[in-house]
Amino acid sequence: MSLSVTATVVGLGWLVLILGSLVFEGVSGVSLAVFTEMTPPPGADGGLLNPIVGSLMLTVLAVLIGTPIGIMAGTYMAEYGKYATLTVVVRFINDILLSAPSIVVGLFVYEILVAPLGHFSGWAGGVALALIVIPVVLRTTEDMLSLVPKELRESATALGLPLARVIRHVSYRAARAGIITGVLLAIARISGETAPLLFTALNNQFFSTNLNAPISSLPVVIFQFALSPYADWQKLAWIGALIITFAVLALSITARALSASGKSS
Amino acid sequence: MSRTKILGRLRFGDMLFRNLTRAAAILVLIILSGVIISLINGALPALQAFGFNFLLEERWNPVTEKFGALAPIYGTLVTSFIAMMIAVPIGLLIALFLTELCPMWLRRPIGIAIELLAGIPSIIYGIWGLFVFAPFLQRTLQPTLIGWFDNVPVLSALFEGPPYGIGVLTASFILAIMVLPFVTSISRDVFEAVPPVLKEAAYGVGCTTWEVVRYVVLPFARVGVIGGVMLSLGRALGETMAVTFVIGNAHRVSASILAPGTTISATIANEFTEAVGDLYTSSLIALGLILFVITFVVLAAARYLLLRLEKRVG
Repeated sequence: MSLSVTATVVGLGWLVLILGSLVFEGVSGVSLAVFTEMTPPPGADGGLLNPIVGSLMLTVLAVLIGTPIGIMAGTYMAEYGKYATLTVVVRFINDILLSAPSIVVGLFVYEILVAPLGHFSGWAGGVALALIVIPVVLRTTEDMLSLVPKELRESATALGLPLARVIRHVSYRAARAGIITGVLLAIARISGETAPLLFTALNNQFFSTNLNAPISSLPVVIFQFALSPYADWQKLAWIGALIITFAVLALSITARALSASGKSS
Repeated sequence: MSRTKILGRLRFGDMLFRNLTRAAAILVLIILSGVIISLINGALPALQAFGFNFLLEERWNPVTEKFGALAPIYGTLVTSFIAMMIAVPIGLLIALFLTELCPMWLRRPIGIAIELLAGIPSIIYGIWGLFVFAPFLQRTLQPTLIGWFDNVPVLSALFEGPPYGIGVLTASFILAIMVLPFVTSISRDVFEAVPPVLKEAAYGVGCTTWEVVRYVVLPFARVGVIGGVMLSLGRALGETMAVTFVIGNAHRVSASILAPGTTISATIANEFTEAVGDLYTSSLIALGLILFVITFVVLAAARYLLLRLEKRVG
């Protein structure tokens, strides 16, 4: 049984090792310039302004598209069609989409949005990320709404409220912390996604907020810069990795704290 | 009069909301069928040109436009297999530690730490693997392995060649680190579902911790653990960025696991934007279709097993 203690130490050791080397390689380069200057050509100084802005825009777009669809579908499954065949099928399909390879999502969006329009665009990148948001939000919404005690719904219905109002004013309110947790987890998930962006949003070495044109994003820039032979590009890749990791860790910890506070109250 | 009007409006609002949510649920189905249809549609030219041989040919030549998927398929399966060989035992041991041995106050922090490991984006594992882990392996483990198995008949072919650092073995290690949290957290949930009465009864007749684990916990949790392992396998098969960094991207099937190789997702990530010509693009989409079919089957089987377990427990 001492083997399992060793295994735990090894597992936690990796976490420390990875975070340690990230901080070691990245933290010395973090400065104001990283957030105010654009990606440089090899050999020059610069920052990560355009990929940071691009990543934020793509994330917001994906959340705006994906969250309503995910919440709506989750609502149907938990409230209206709890025992419907459609619910069972969608739950199964959704679980598969949840762990489906994200690069396949990229190929799909390329086929429907990039190839027919003839150019890469921020819209396509946002849609690709939204397709990853939907299963995460759907799953948590359904789970959280199922946890709402049915007595709450029954008493609201007994007062004469139609079901749509019961859901919006009673169920949603009771499950709010859980649903927000789901959205935060979805943001954490997409903020590091690279594969679906490679051939949808592509990349852009200039500052651009035009969603109709290729747009830069942090993960893709990290990918490109890390594999380049230039030392200063590799340095920027480490800094970008550090930023993403801490953003993701902060989001997951917030989500966890939120769901813990929701349970206790 | 106004009362019927209000009631009518409420009824209309209810119907609207109901159908809106229903449409959203149906949209999820449409997305999945859309993915399948668009992949088949995009893969069609390549499948028509090469037929069934696409799966069996090793050649990958963009200049002569001759493509075969054997090397990426082989790479995907081998890296995932080695990764699972490493991650499953370690993950199970950690889950056992968390459910059976760990003091109560330590369970939550360790559980959270393992789950945070699952949240780190794959590109981070990739950059860490390329700059830190691969050079480390190149200096330490790989020369040792080559030296050890130099004169052993079959194994010398498995550990052959110069220590590049990057390659199939390194990619497998990185994958193992990535799926470890999934294996751990699912196994932990399954182990926790074992009724305490069973364990207490076993302890009551004088079993040691190991005997309880071996004869009570593991048999009870078997189906769930297999489901969890397959779910993690689905993740490993489709993992893109971490592997792309460290696999070396060589389109060949080599016996040595120290040699560079490629996987389906790494090939697509590397070559898709540079692919010129319809046949090249179509071949890459066909690779995506193969990957999707493999992961779909694995994930569906995993879900089926876990669902069966849920029914038994609930």
